[in-house]
Amino acid sequence: MSFAPVYLDWNATTPIAPEVRDAMLPWLGAAESARFGNASSRHEYGRQARAAIDEARAQVATAVGAHATEVIFTSGGSEANNLFLKGAAACLKSGTLAISAIEHPCVREPARQLRRAGWALREIAVDADGRIDVADWQCAIEARPALVSVMLANNETGVLQDVVALGGDARKAGALLHTDAVQALGKIEVDFRALGVHAMTLSAHKIGGPLGAGALVVDKRVELSPLIAGGGQERGLRSGTENVAAIVGFGLACERAVARRVVEAARLVALRDSIEHALSVLGAVVFSRAAARLSNTVFFAFDGIDGETLVGKLDRAGFACASGSACSSAQPEPSHTLLAMGVDPVVARGAVRVSLGRDTTAEEVERFVATLSHVVRDLKKLASVAF
Amino acid sequence: MAYSDKVLDHYENPRNVGSFGKDEEGVATGMVGAPACGDVMKLQIKVGKDGVIEDAKFKTYGCGSAIASSSLVTEWVKGKTIDQALDIKNTQIAEELALPPVKIHCSILAEDAIKAAVADYRKKHQA
Amino acid sequence: MLKFPIYLDYSATTPVDPRVAAKMIPWLTEHFGNPASRSHAYGWEAEQAVEEAREQVAALVNADPKEIIWTSGATESNNLAIKGAAHFYQGKGKHVITVKTEHKAVLDTVRELEREGFEATYLDVQENGLIDLEVLKAAIRPDTILVSVMFVNNEVGVVQPIAQIGELCREKGIVFHVDAAQATGKVDIDLDKLKVDLMSFSAHKTYGPKGIGALYVRRKPRVRLEAQMHGGGHERGLRSGTLATHQIVGMGEAFRLAREEMAEENARIRKLRDKLLNGLTDIEATYVNGDLEQRVPHNLNISFAYVEGESLIMAIKDIAVSSGSACTSASLEPSYVLRALGRNDELAHSSIRFSIGRFTTEEEVDFTIDLLHKKIGKLRELSPLWEMYKDGIDLDTVQWAAH
Repeated sequence: MSFAPVYLDWNATTPIAPEVRDAMLPWLGAAESARFGNASSRHEYGRQARAAIDEARAQVATAVGAHATEVIFTSGGSEANNLFLKGAAACLKSGTLAISAIEHPCVREPARQLRRAGWALREIAVDADGRIDVADWQCAIEARPALVSVMLANNETGVLQDVVALGGDARKAGALLHTDAVQALGKIEVDFRALGVHAMTLSAHKIGGPLGAGALVVDKRVELSPLIAGGGQERGLRSGTENVAAIVGFGLACERAVARRVVEAARLVALRDSIEHALSVLGAVVFSRAAARLSNTVFFAFDGIDGETLVGKLDRAGFACASGSACSSAQPEPSHTLLAMGVDPVVARGAVRVSLGRDTTAEEVERFVATLSHVVRDLKKLASVAF
Repeated sequence: MAYSDKVLDHYENPRNVGSFGKDEEGVATGMVGAPACGDVMKLQIKVGKDGVIEDAKFKTYGCGSAIASSSLVTEWVKGKTIDQALDIKNTQIAEELALPPVKIHCSILAEDAIKAAVADYRKKHQA
Repeated sequence: MLKFPIYLDYSATTPVDPRVAAKMIPWLTEHFGNPASRSHAYGWEAEQAVEEAREQVAALVNADPKEIIWTSGATESNNLAIKGAAHFYQGKGKHVITVKTEHKAVLDTVRELEREGFEATYLDVQENGLIDLEVLKAAIRPDTILVSVMFVNNEVGVVQPIAQIGELCREKGIVFHVDAAQATGKVDIDLDKLKVDLMSFSAHKTYGPKGIGALYVRRKPRVRLEAQMHGGGHERGLRSGTLATHQIVGMGEAFRLAREEMAEENARIRKLRDKLLNGLTDIEATYVNGDLEQRVPHNLNISFAYVEGESLIMAIKDIAVSSGSACTSASLEPSYVLRALGRNDELAHSSIRFSIGRFTTEEEVDFTIDLLHKKIGKLRELSPLWEMYKDGIDLDTVQWAAH
């Protein structure tokens, strides 16, 4: 790239923080300080790797108020979600599985896979702002589901679910409760005990850590069957030679993200508000504006402007944003989160997500707002000519 | 596995390694363990006419803790009467060498080696 | 100057080649996009890098890039191949065949299938570690749907007759999976010729990073799998999860280097291995485990009789080696691979796997030979078994006190 576009897609992935990169480099074989042992080896190289993993495990655990032995490292959030849903289901008799209607595909798809294997799948409705519909939730819980999964923060709208309040009913009904906290970590307080869930999914690359590492934090009383069998790593719940570099990066990224969370959230919410103010002036719909949301996420649409087109124009103008969520954007369908909220599919096709992060500056946001105004006015002119 | 300094010291510099001639006066041998279990200890004592152990030697096939346990025992039995030697308990050996729980069997084997050597001595001298 | 401990455990993992590291590092910070992001250049450049790496991996094994699926490593590839194929083809039959000396990632996966109601046959190997094709033929049943045999054994380095097994499986219409984690860069792999349907790869055994691997899934004739990880539909729906660009770039570069350099490198490594072999078999009562001909040059697995395994490891702490496979060496169980070769527990316990690699020097090999001579001598001086052996006592006739 001759010049770097302004990155406004931090919910898709984040650049690795420089300190995190520096901590990883020895494990990636960078020259003098190279370290490379297999953590299962008993010699010094192996012991160094094991010690580094142990330290990272403690860092992750501390960041989310869990015990180190509750942290199972995986290759990422998708694997952790699959591990919980399929791993817990394998130890139970087929029953009912309840998930919210706005879960990430890596919860929704394993859930559908379980449905093919004989489970009853209950999707819990959300309201027009993307919050769990409490009446439907209670109705779903009354069916005594064995497994319940509800995400802490939505990747597209940024809407936060009150997992503490919702979870009480689910636990009383005897369900194993899981939350996908991938988008929440580092942005709001995430405390495993306080949330009262049995299991929780985390990912490194959303918080300034590397791609390729995630974790399932899981209460040790929950019986799980591994998704990946073999050498017996991670207490037998996840075999395979540990990805030491990524795990080391994940540990440090957790520590940093949690330490800076409060200050960072306050800074980002001010930037987001300035974007939303401009969006209002331009006549955009901002989704979930009435709901409690992540401080870094704006999800919006303009009447009559296609989301892909707008994002394309913004990209050419030097701003990297997303239309729909990155992981499912291979499919041209409108956001399933918006459809679940009852948004008209025509409006949903206009959806654009702007997500801010560590390196986003006020100056960048100002320029973005100015560019957005131009681009939107141009597109509206075109649209009116076309009609 | 992390070994204690004392285990490492006995392992690096084992005391009293070797064998006495079989027919030497006052020599008795205790051999315990089995190759398939990963430990074989041979402890030999040389007992004076007064019933005091004058000298001891060992050979051990086994892990560092097994080598250290038998090396330590050769030091401890010297100067003791055979009855006093029988008072040496595996717990004392384990404590002295700071053996971890998975290595306690090494100290038990060393205690057994003393018992076997003393039994051999008594068998020879009753005959 | 020698750096201690000397690393002779390249079969457990290899250092990342500095050239590989150099390629990976820009993808950590400057080019950090999610390859699935379709709406901006950060995503596009990441996707392009992923596809280039896919071509590099495919090139090493003469496959089509479209046949390469990224995974988190060979363990996941083995799980995906075995469970994925067994689940997809279970309508045709529920019998699978593998070998007793396979890696745990294969054996435990097959055991999981057995718990699900599949039947499994675990083939014995010959004393040299190789399977007997007649034994395999005899094990094949009308309901056999899958055969899984590793290319190169991780402990003894023997190379199984993959070409012949492939012919046999293709003729019978059985899906054939090969765990090639230990084979890349060591033996020539030509998937255009080999009748292999599924093949697992790992980056970190071939100077790439940990946490990345691949599964080859044949397109002609097409092999179908049931996905094991569901989600965003990455990797043609066979393996969901955000792709780790830097790791994939690392694997691509590592496999590119392997392709370019393996002929020369293996000749060099063979010389070092032969030197080590001659230097160590000089020691009395030593036994090489596994066939010496059908074997990768990187591996030497030797049992030293009359010394105990753990004290041996302790004695040679100046070199980093494995006694048994790295993945199981936390437990004190004797290696199941060596037992399958017919070694008794004592010899299995006192075996050392030396694995030589790209950065091993002749000086290191010389040091190792000298060290083993000294330490084996010292431990045997301590060993009552050695004394008995030297006195001409047959240890098998000894009545050992129960312990």
